[in-house]
Amino acid sequence: MPNMSLKKNPMPSQAADVRNKNFLEVALGYSEEQAVDEANRCLNCKNKPCVGGCPVNIDIPAFIARIRERDFEGAYQIITKSSSLPAVCGRVCPQETQCEHKCVRGIKGEPVAIGRLERFVADWHNAHATEAVQKPAPNGHKVAVIGSGPSGLTCAGDLAKKGYSVTVFEALHTAGGVLVYGIPEFRLPKSIVQKEVDTLSELGVDVETNMVIGKVLSIDELFEMGYEAVFVGSGAGLPRFMGIPGESLKGVYSANEFLTRSNLMKAYLDDPVTPISKGGKVAVVGGGNVAMDAARTALRLGAEKVYIVYRRSMEELPARREEVEHAQEEGVEFLLLNNPVEVLGYHNPDDKRDPKNGCVTGIRCIRMELGEPDEKGRRRPVEIPGSEFVLDVDTVVIAIGTSPNPLIKSTTKGLEVNKHGGFIVNEETGATTRDGVFAGGDAVTGAATVISAMGAGKTAAAAIDEYIQSKAK
Amino acid sequence: MYRILRKKELNPTVTLMDIEAPLVAKKAEPGQFIILRVDEAGERIPLTVADFDREKGTVTIIFQIVGATTKKLNTLNEGDSLHDFVGPLGTPSHVEGLKKVAVVGGGVGCAIAYPIAKKLHGLGAEVHSVVGFRNKDLVILEDEFKAASDKLVMMTDDGSYGSKGLVTNALKELIDSGEQYDEVIAIGPLIMMKFVCQLTKEYGIKTVVSMNPIMIDGTGMCGGCRLTVGGQTKFACVDGPDFDGHEVDFDEAMERGSMYRDFERHAYEETCNLLNKEVK
Repeated sequence: MPNMSLKKNPMPSQAADVRNKNFLEVALGYSEEQAVDEANRCLNCKNKPCVGGCPVNIDIPAFIARIRERDFEGAYQIITKSSSLPAVCGRVCPQETQCEHKCVRGIKGEPVAIGRLERFVADWHNAHATEAVQKPAPNGHKVAVIGSGPSGLTCAGDLAKKGYSVTVFEALHTAGGVLVYGIPEFRLPKSIVQKEVDTLSELGVDVETNMVIGKVLSIDELFEMGYEAVFVGSGAGLPRFMGIPGESLKGVYSANEFLTRSNLMKAYLDDPVTPISKGGKVAVVGGGNVAMDAARTALRLGAEKVYIVYRRSMEELPARREEVEHAQEEGVEFLLLNNPVEVLGYHNPDDKRDPKNGCVTGIRCIRMELGEPDEKGRRRPVEIPGSEFVLDVDTVVIAIGTSPNPLIKSTTKGLEVNKHGGFIVNEETGATTRDGVFAGGDAVTGAATVISAMGAGKTAAAAIDEYIQSKAK
Repeated sequence: MYRILRKKELNPTVTLMDIEAPLVAKKAEPGQFIILRVDEAGERIPLTVADFDREKGTVTIIFQIVGATTKKLNTLNEGDSLHDFVGPLGTPSHVEGLKKVAVVGGGVGCAIAYPIAKKLHGLGAEVHSVVGFRNKDLVILEDEFKAASDKLVMMTDDGSYGSKGLVTNALKELIDSGEQYDEVIAIGPLIMMKFVCQLTKEYGIKTVVSMNPIMIDGTGMCGGCRLTVGGQTKFACVDGPDFDGHEVDFDEAMERGSMYRDFERHAYEETCNLLNKEVK
């Protein structure tokens, strides 16, 4: 008898006034009982609409059925057929716009908590699995993967499972890409990312850190070294700034810098080796998931007040609802329909050596209202004349997006990019304009989600396999 | 791992190391930099490539012991290894077409100026080097500069070696005496580069400076190393580190460089205390 409750089993979480002072994971995960109870809400529809909503087409009703039978390892085996990073996706996928959005139970009541179940299964496997990963028989072909973020790891995993000898080149000192430098510990513990990377190593994938492709080796040299195909998953690295006065003042960060200092360089620890602004008042400019991550990180670093400054209204705010709710519960204040026009700084005219010179003291904002819809149908924010005001802050984090890193494009002949700097690819295969070079993830689309990058990595892995096999014939 | 094959104290606060990093050595050019971490929990610090040997597969770094990380780095010896060493990063210095150049180095900045002088000299350009130090004890790379220069002017602040005065005094004298340079390359403390640029602007001589701002990833990802150059935001790690000195906003760069001064001083003292304890 299915569980006909209209509501999902709630996610056990740390209390808001506790978690906003620590970096431990916010969501604690389902117990076995909660997972089975939630699994019983699935109607096991014949036409499986949820699967169509998943960028990597996980057989969702099948894995949920295994949970019902308490065969948790069996459930994991079904997920892992389609997804290389279930513990990651169960945590950071926007399920509400994907699988759960299509769930029949969602028509009347809440959809089945597919994301939470995925996370449960992956965590259960990581805690209980004892069997070593089966290393496939080598097929004698070599592939290079540039970047160890979600698209690169997925592509590498899929190819390794087919017997390819895969080398992943990572520019930073730790593998994981945005999963490590961008997404905070409290949303995605780094031990989970490391576990996924370790699993790939067990599959035989060679991960080489400190390798900036385009600098230390070019793509041409990778081909000379015997790699038969190259996948470029170099991400959307370059931070955008607003181009307003004062953006170079001390205390203005790009979200990338702020999050990298905290996440990758562990500036949140009590005695860090890499500094970061802690405490004071913080304004985060932007309304995406990265802005939410930065705001919640600032709180945990001890800020007395954190504002989100966003130029449209809550309706247009692009961050996941869950992240917005978490941020609000934790005490982040949303200043909607506001746009910064200038960052203000301290200047002591009498003492050029005053250490406070050049430090942020506030941002001047102007209030906005929503005007006519633009070509995408989003109502365009329009300034309200004479509505400027100053918000006192000590730190400003700019989270208004990124653009693809030009390093590989500028050092590789025959790789074409669109006007936003993203690689031009065949969407069915990920093939770029250069033979043997494939690309996916944010390097193609600009900033998007972890799961869409994984989907692109998966697509490219299948296409690379076909490319190499057809050449071998 | 990146082994230290040679370590040499150039003066009491400046050390040279040859690091085994064959892939970096194969590609490195003057003007580029590397980022290293001493140990697994270490911070990332950028250091400019001081020299390289493609055959031996080594990259030479020269660093001043100014903070916690350089202090720790200096405790390592030949045979020890660095945890991370990534590069070559940044854009190489432009040397093509230069016939006569003044290379101005200040303090440890001479370590960055030297490979450029060497490269230009090797390409057949006439190189006049003006190097400045606080005093005689701090002089580094004198023989190397001699070998790479057609003329070498040594300056010290206190006159304990060479001539007394600043590099700008010496450069002005050279220009006033009729030397005509295609370009001045100035590398040293921000304040030195600022004044060299003020001088050369008066004379209308193109001047290139090498900027060394606070950096994390070194690949364009964080934007922490941004500078204002000609009114535009530039990232030193990918657009530089070399820039047209007449366009750089030095005052802003100096302010940004002081952002973490208290933190850095504290970390340095902590490291000193820790190292002293270990010695006991």
